[in-house]
Amino acid sequence: MNPLVRLLAPAGAATLAMLASIGRLAIFASRALMAAVRPPYYGSRLIEQMLVMGWFSLPVVGLTALFTGAALAQQIFVGGSRFNAESTVPAVTVIAMVRELGPVLGGLMVAGRVSSAMAAELGTMRVTEQIDALTTLRTDPYRYLIAPRLVAATLVLPVLVLVANVIGVLGGYAIGTERLGFNTASYLATTRQYLEWDDVFSSLVKAAVFGFILALMGCYHGFRSSGCAAGVGRATTNAVVSAFVLILLANLIITVVVFGT
Amino acid sequence: MSASIALAGVKKAFGPKVVLDGVDLAVAAGESVVVIGGSGSGKSVLLKCVLGILAHDAGSIRIDGIDMDAADAAERTRQRQRIGMLFQGGALFDSLPVWRNITFALTRGKARNTKAMHARAVDLLAKVGLEPRVADLRPSELSGGMQKRVALARAIAAEPEIIFFDEPTTGLDPIRAAAINSLIRGLVTDLGVTAVTITHDMASVRAIADRVAMLKDGRIIWSGPVASLDSSGNDDVDRFVHGRAESQSVGTTPISSQ
Repeated sequence: MNPLVRLLAPAGAATLAMLASIGRLAIFASRALMAAVRPPYYGSRLIEQMLVMGWFSLPVVGLTALFTGAALAQQIFVGGSRFNAESTVPAVTVIAMVRELGPVLGGLMVAGRVSSAMAAELGTMRVTEQIDALTTLRTDPYRYLIAPRLVAATLVLPVLVLVANVIGVLGGYAIGTERLGFNTASYLATTRQYLEWDDVFSSLVKAAVFGFILALMGCYHGFRSSGCAAGVGRATTNAVVSAFVLILLANLIITVVVFGT
Repeated sequence: MSASIALAGVKKAFGPKVVLDGVDLAVAAGESVVVIGGSGSGKSVLLKCVLGILAHDAGSIRIDGIDMDAADAAERTRQRQRIGMLFQGGALFDSLPVWRNITFALTRGKARNTKAMHARAVDLLAKVGLEPRVADLRPSELSGGMQKRVALARAIAAEPEIIFFDEPTTGLDPIRAAAINSLIRGLVTDLGVTAVTITHDMASVRAIADRVAMLKDGRIIWSGPVASLDSSGNDDVDRFVHGRAESQSVGTTPISSQ
């Protein structure tokens, strides 16, 4: 074999494998979206998934936002003091929390909790033939298993991020007023003054996109799981890693598109 | 109410591994065919190709004369909805109680007609020899044999015209196995259901089958009435029926002659 071909062959094989993966994911996503918009709908499954993803993720998302908001205020104060900008703490905290940290950290925390659980559950169903059994029981697995999870995550994450934003700002407020000497009323007034509707809107759009991504990754890797316990373990790891990477990539794209000008 | 199945030249490979290499098999309406063959010979893959769970690479699969490759998606779905399946491991849904598992095909997974569905599940449990209290348990609370019987109840709940049984008696004691064999035979004889069964249990083969087909090297190498099983004239069938390993006869000859 030509040495150049031998050198390039692995790169070519890797490119083909990557394109095949993207194609499989696109087909899976389009089938899932078609299943989500066409009846029959599984309302009770949707509510169940919203409860599992939303309500049970509140503690982890709330605590993450609280600690991050508080630490952020402290860092802004310390950093700002180098150029006499300590007074920017309320404004920068609210903008950073709502635009970036709320949706990104909320998305990552929920991805860690939910994508892994989805991949493990669907992966186990796959290797124990439960997904095959659904087909033989006159039920489309995409409608019964995938669509409720995708819709639930897309609807629930904006609510979680909204809560995270509020708690994160309150964390900054607590540090600002208790440790850094800010006046309670002026801290809140400055926060309100600098927070714009566009910030909240972009935060919610990001959250919805992240919710879709984390559910898609959990479902895709779980649904395609093979083998036995090792296969389910691989699916779980791949779901979390790919959800994290895609959430951060999507965040960059949305930020550039919305705030690039 | 029964339907026929015809497979012609069905092929299926996973990468370089050829599992089905031109399977020809015809099952008449209301007939019970048992497919025998060694472990890993592709029996389960064969059933999954007919069900559409796996896509076959070549050949044709017809249900009541309708070519499943040529039919549109709606027709394929309609035909496949006539088929019930008992999976080897049961494949019960962990998250649902037994009664909802059993009535899943009737409700399509929705929680409706709760009382009537619960009563229907209890009736079906009785058919497979389980007590009514089992209806409210979770699959994880059942033994392997009980799970298999619940799965059988689920497979017959929607009264399908064709039923595939993948190892229906594995994990059952001989008395329960005989009861399940009798139930399967009753579905064929009394209700006219078309049945295709995969099993290694020769007692089951003799109790269930009208006809037996042996799958080896991806092909049906012998097919005939169950009555001719012991006089098939086929070495592979004889070895399978009498539980003799292929290498055993080769290996014992030199030892005994030494």
